[in-house]
Amino acid sequence: MKKYEKAIEMILFISATIATLSVFLITFFIFKEGLPILLEYGILNFVFGANWAPTNGSYGALPMIIGSVSVTVGALIIGVPMGIACAIFLAEIAPTPLVKLFKPAVELLAGIPSVVYGFFGLSVIVPMIRTYILPIAQKFNSDAFTTGYSILGGAIILAVMILPTIINISENSIRAVPNEYKQGSLALGASQFDTISKVIVPAAKSGIITSVVLGMGRAVGETMAVILITGNMPKIPGSPLDSVATMTGTIAMEMGYASPMHQRALFATGIILFVFIMLLNVTATFTTRKLGRG
Amino acid sequence: MMNRTKIKVNDLNLFYGDFQALIDINLDIMENKVTALIGPSGCGKSTFIRTLNRMNDLIDNVKIKGEILLDGADIYDDKCDLIQLRKSVGMVFQKPNPFPKTVYENVAYGPKIHGVKSKTALDEIVEKSLRGAALWDEVKDRLDKPALGLSGGQQQRLCIARCLAVEPDVLLMDEPTSALDPISTLKIEDLLEELKKKYTIVIVTHNMQQAGRVSDFTSFFLNGEIIETDLTDNIFSKPRDKRTEDYITGRFG
Repeated sequence: MKKYEKAIEMILFISATIATLSVFLITFFIFKEGLPILLEYGILNFVFGANWAPTNGSYGALPMIIGSVSVTVGALIIGVPMGIACAIFLAEIAPTPLVKLFKPAVELLAGIPSVVYGFFGLSVIVPMIRTYILPIAQKFNSDAFTTGYSILGGAIILAVMILPTIINISENSIRAVPNEYKQGSLALGASQFDTISKVIVPAAKSGIITSVVLGMGRAVGETMAVILITGNMPKIPGSPLDSVATMTGTIAMEMGYASPMHQRALFATGIILFVFIMLLNVTATFTTRKLGRG
Repeated sequence: MMNRTKIKVNDLNLFYGDFQALIDINLDIMENKVTALIGPSGCGKSTFIRTLNRMNDLIDNVKIKGEILLDGADIYDDKCDLIQLRKSVGMVFQKPNPFPKTVYENVAYGPKIHGVKSKTALDEIVEKSLRGAALWDEVKDRLDKPALGLSGGQQQRLCIARCLAVEPDVLLMDEPTSALDPISTLKIEDLLEELKKKYTIVIVTHNMQQAGRVSDFTSFFLNGEIIETDLTDNIFSKPRDKRTEDYITGRFG
């Protein structure tokens, strides 16, 4: 009996170790491959260099950093208000039968492979931007031009992709707000809208912020859909209708044919990405803890 | 002294689906008096008090027949403005439920949603309400601290202050001291004595000594019916109904 329990304990310990160890191994590997070039080329030159021409030996990652940031920010601008509104609707307003219909649909959204999102964006969103959005932009600026492969297209698709994360976590945190708060507010003569906006949402804010940060993490890390939609031009964009390359997209596309030096530069891009995601996760943990007690 | 009827309940019946929770309730609630509702668990007293500010509307499947006249106007009439009704009929719950905001924001919440914007006016209301709930001296230096940091008894008085801030006529209290220690309970009971000068109070209580101490009138509920309503002194000294006597002498419930 004792031996048997020891064995189980051992198996569990090994499993836990492998999971944790993988994180450290991946981190170590990325830094081992990427750090030398980052130091040799100069961190500032790398991060703020505007020219990415790996075949000529210039490794300025700024266009990709801006690419990732702009697509992510765009996705948040579109996705966060929609996601939070949907979460409020599902948690507070929708009648039960409707919730039973909506929730599985939202969960399904999370299960669609990202390449399918990308293909959808490529064949629907990109042409739509070309035919509908471009004429509008040209009314304000006659020089405006876009192929449709753009920040805007990427942001729209990413916004849809982060919706499930935002909706699920926000909805759970709104549902977790004690019913007493709601009753207390209504009993004072507050309307349902006052109650939601002034009591329930503020009480759920830590969960809502966490959902946004996690959604942001997903948007920064997304690769496949973005490759298909943003156009992959490593240039600093001038408008939301310009093409951009993101960090993830560049790594995925160029790794296959990269020379050893170029490969290391891509790993260095990986380091930047890694730092981004780490910062986001730390922010998420920190805000949850800080706001945890309301 | 003349007693004026503040709330008149006529033939009130309430159903949760098929279950009838209140049966033919008739009751006059007197202005500036404390009316206590007593009875064993599940007798409908909490359900009844929630009909008086229509908090039962929040529950699915509730059907209500009969009328409740507040100053002569039926609150179940379609023309009744629910927001105005709940503004004039405040409610204090069993478990203190301050919002996760500061002490100040808790009290200012009601006036704010009802349109008071000026900071000076809000400051005045907050102080007046907290004084009214006998809490001002304890919290005046920590108005900007989280309300959830107060003790249970202070939280409950904060909830009373929060009600007072919207200037109601009637205060409904659903077992307001059942989650509190004896000292806090005493403070709230003393407070009731003050409050009834300005407000009409209906209090649900499990504690018969409490009903005896604080109320002017008492109604005894049993299985969804009112068995007996009378002056509190009469109920406790010479109940007319055998069931009332059994309950208050502790033979059941």
